[in-house]
Amino acid sequence: MLNKFRYYFRNWAFRRTVETGTVVLNQRRIYILPTRQGFAFAFVLVLMLLGDINYNLSLGYVLTFLLATIAGMSMLYTFRNMAQLEIHAGHVAAVFAGEQAQFVFHFNNPGSLVRYQIQLQDDNGHRTVFDLPAQQATSVQLSIPATQRGWLDSGRLTLYTGFPFGLFHAWSYIHFDVRCLVYPAPAAAQPLPAISLQDGNGKIAGSGDEDFYGLRNYAPGDALPRIAWKAFAREQGLQVKQFSAYQGQELWLDWLQLPTIATERKLELLTRWVLDADKQNLLYGLRLPNVEIAPQRSAAHQTECLRALALFGVTNDPAPLPNPSPTSGRGTPLNPLSRLRERVARSVGRGQS
Amino acid sequence: MKLSAHLLYGVIASIFLVIAPHAEHLPEWISILSAMILAWRVYLAYSDNPLPPRWLLLGIMIAIVAGIQISYHTLFGREAGVTLLIILVSLKLLELRTTRDTTLLIFLACFIIITNFFYSQSIPTALMMLASLLLILSTWLQLHTGTLELRPRVKIAGMILLQAIPLTLLLFVLFPRVQGPLWGMPQDAYSSSGLSDSMSPGTLSRLSLSQAVAFRVSFEGTTPSHEQMYWRGPILWDYDGVTWTSGISIRSKLPTLDQTGNPVDYTVTLEPHNKRWLFALDMPTKLSIPSVITDDLQVLSKEPVIARVRYNVHSQLTYRVNVEETPYQLQRALKLPATFNPRARKLAADWRATLPDDDAIIRAALNLFNREGFEYTLEPPLLGRDGIDDFLFVTRKGFCEHYASSFVYLMRAAGIPARVVTGYQGGEPNLLGGYSIIRQSDAHAWTEVWIKNRGWLRMDPTAVISPERIRSGLSASVPDSPSLPFMARTQVPWLLKMRFNLDMLNYRWDQWVLGYNTEQQFAFLTRLGMEDISWQKMALNLMLGVALLVALFALLMLRRLYKHSTDRAQKLYLRFCRKLERAGVVRLPHEGPQDFAVRAAARFPHQADAIHRISAHYLSLRYENKADIKELSAFRREISAFKL
Repeated sequence: MLNKFRYYFRNWAFRRTVETGTVVLNQRRIYILPTRQGFAFAFVLVLMLLGDINYNLSLGYVLTFLLATIAGMSMLYTFRNMAQLEIHAGHVAAVFAGEQAQFVFHFNNPGSLVRYQIQLQDDNGHRTVFDLPAQQATSVQLSIPATQRGWLDSGRLTLYTGFPFGLFHAWSYIHFDVRCLVYPAPAAAQPLPAISLQDGNGKIAGSGDEDFYGLRNYAPGDALPRIAWKAFAREQGLQVKQFSAYQGQELWLDWLQLPTIATERKLELLTRWVLDADKQNLLYGLRLPNVEIAPQRSAAHQTECLRALALFGVTNDPAPLPNPSPTSGRGTPLNPLSRLRERVARSVGRGQS
Repeated sequence: MKLSAHLLYGVIASIFLVIAPHAEHLPEWISILSAMILAWRVYLAYSDNPLPPRWLLLGIMIAIVAGIQISYHTLFGREAGVTLLIILVSLKLLELRTTRDTTLLIFLACFIIITNFFYSQSIPTALMMLASLLLILSTWLQLHTGTLELRPRVKIAGMILLQAIPLTLLLFVLFPRVQGPLWGMPQDAYSSSGLSDSMSPGTLSRLSLSQAVAFRVSFEGTTPSHEQMYWRGPILWDYDGVTWTSGISIRSKLPTLDQTGNPVDYTVTLEPHNKRWLFALDMPTKLSIPSVITDDLQVLSKEPVIARVRYNVHSQLTYRVNVEETPYQLQRALKLPATFNPRARKLAADWRATLPDDDAIIRAALNLFNREGFEYTLEPPLLGRDGIDDFLFVTRKGFCEHYASSFVYLMRAAGIPARVVTGYQGGEPNLLGGYSIIRQSDAHAWTEVWIKNRGWLRMDPTAVISPERIRSGLSASVPDSPSLPFMARTQVPWLLKMRFNLDMLNYRWDQWVLGYNTEQQFAFLTRLGMEDISWQKMALNLMLGVALLVALFALLMLRRLYKHSTDRAQKLYLRFCRKLERAGVVRLPHEGPQDFAVRAAARFPHQADAIHRISAHYLSLRYENKADIKELSAFRREISAFKL
């Protein structure tokens, strides 16, 4: 109950805008408050002061005031440990569900002061602690477990420091528009479906690795050994060698031909097959209810297939970032229909009240 | 999370440093036990063995608490409380496991520092406090800087400590002082050394080995001579054959002083001695603080002196006192225990029978001391049951208490009212500071006899045996012996001067730091130009001052954040570019130093060498990481020398 209240209070009190580009931690963004230790220390100081007064300890006054001043000044130190840092979000590599998404943030410390023990954490307690040397840019990785396929939003992150004495803590919220694409978790190994010939249409397959067949234009993601360097040397541009496989040996990974299992299981199975097919260097295509990806064989093709699987049923455009609530996990609700239904229900409910 | 070994050593060292000064007054077994616990903890941290189980610690703790109860007979009160705190903190080290424990121990270490001030607030103690704080802060920093090395941590801690000093001074001066105590203190609050209300052979000679300062005096106007400086303390009336005590005084009437002269005004800064006496020159008439002057002219304060106290006194150096003494007091001044010292009694009776008057008897007694080979020594031989007889007729070696005691005995036996006066005699003038120091080694005992129509007269038999003692102090009167305190021995001039300087430093410290109370505060602030000081005004000033200093600090500290320092080599290179620019070669935005050098050299062929050299130097400084101070200054010279 208290946690929930605190959560809502924080949402109300602190900015929740999503940012792009470089964020500079100026004084308007940094909050600072005494910690529990800070209050305890204040209590110790009051006890000391009472002792000084009672026993008339002049040197005691000196010590008490010295400690009080140090405690007060540590607030400036705490603030200074975080102020004027420049942060921008880095590239996040896609991961499979069940793995750790590595969110990368680039911190630049332009000043001449070392920043000690800064902690970057999300609302669920995943954290990383790091120092920032003076006049240097440092990349910081925050691992957040990816539990569901789709987009994983880093959510609002807290940047936190207790330096130098932990009597005060300064923090700042940063919320970048940075997402990690999470592929479905690959299912346990299963044999690939039989290669279908009907869709070959008698054409010669685009690629395989039996015999040299011809050259085609380079597409990003093509393996380096396959680049026709000789052609490149003749200034014919970047071309890729193609090898013919068996005629019409295209593998279609088809949603419709899957046994009747839960949607997610289907996606996991397809993911496994995409990975296996790529490993075996087969020519494969993916057919989902809403998308069809023509057979090909390249790293880019694999990525495209996995992306389609990851975002199956998820609106592709950068969705309005979900309200992470303290109870539900992160991630986007998968079914747009159910989301719509929810929204309707909510508005109906509002109308009634 | 496991604490790092370095952090553990830091905490243990901090605790050791704050406990160590207590070893002086803790019971020996507590000191040894604490040292053992600390050593044990160091061993555990070093060998990475597990900490002792909780039941064992609990057992040890109960045993120690019982031990404290036995040796102090209480667990409360200051002494027992401090001991308990020290032991508990030592034991807490044995269950130092988490960051939280570390923070707690650091807080406790700060608190233990303050308990040490009950016993000493001298300058070395203050320096020790700063050293302990430095260690504590560097250890504390380690909790929040992770793996940072010791040296940079100490540097940060030292910086914070230094930065805290101005604000601390401001708070110290302006924080309104409340006159304590806020609550009652146990009787054991202050240990004391100094005169007591009894005197037996050995009391004063023991005391005179102490070089502790009893009080300091600064005179207004003329300073009386050494022989005139009899600082009056407890008056001892009753004798039981061994010990003189002050007995029960009946405050029946006020003292009467007449035919006074030689008035003198002075200020005494008295160290706490836990008794009510305030010391003043014979004879005090007026004091600046609430006090009573009894009919035997002791000055008593209302409360025991448990803190340093300053007071002004007005004394008359010539006087006649209590010419009309009450019969009761005269009776008291004649009482002797019946059975002791038959030979002394007989001698006194002979004098009374043969000599015409009191004056002659007094003279006879003094002559006895003067002529019969009496010796003034700090190490008198032991005396038997009839102490006075032994001293007068056998050993003839004694310190002032022997002479005073036997003189009063003879007087009383001869029917002359007499009493023992204890106090201090003389004092060491500190010419640099314009004041005199009276140490415990100046403790002295003398006598007063009552003569009809002349009142109480001061008689100092010691002055007869050892006039140097009265004229110039203890070190002049006793041959240099190892038992004489170092400070009381005669010393070479430069050593003496150093001693005076040191004492003056202590005096100022006592006066301005330790003695900074409500009155001092008001006096100081008035001197600074603050008018009609009130609490509100002081608080307002305090807040203003604090706000100002904090703002100043914030400015100084945060300035470094916003100053984006450009590389120094780059700065110098840009200067070089500006020189070329003035000559007409402007560096284009896309142009690197090398290309620019080629172009500039083409334009100024006679300077080509210099241009290429500077550019190459710049590149090596900036990109080969060779920018040390020496290289940079060479580069600076090169650029300054460059002319077109």
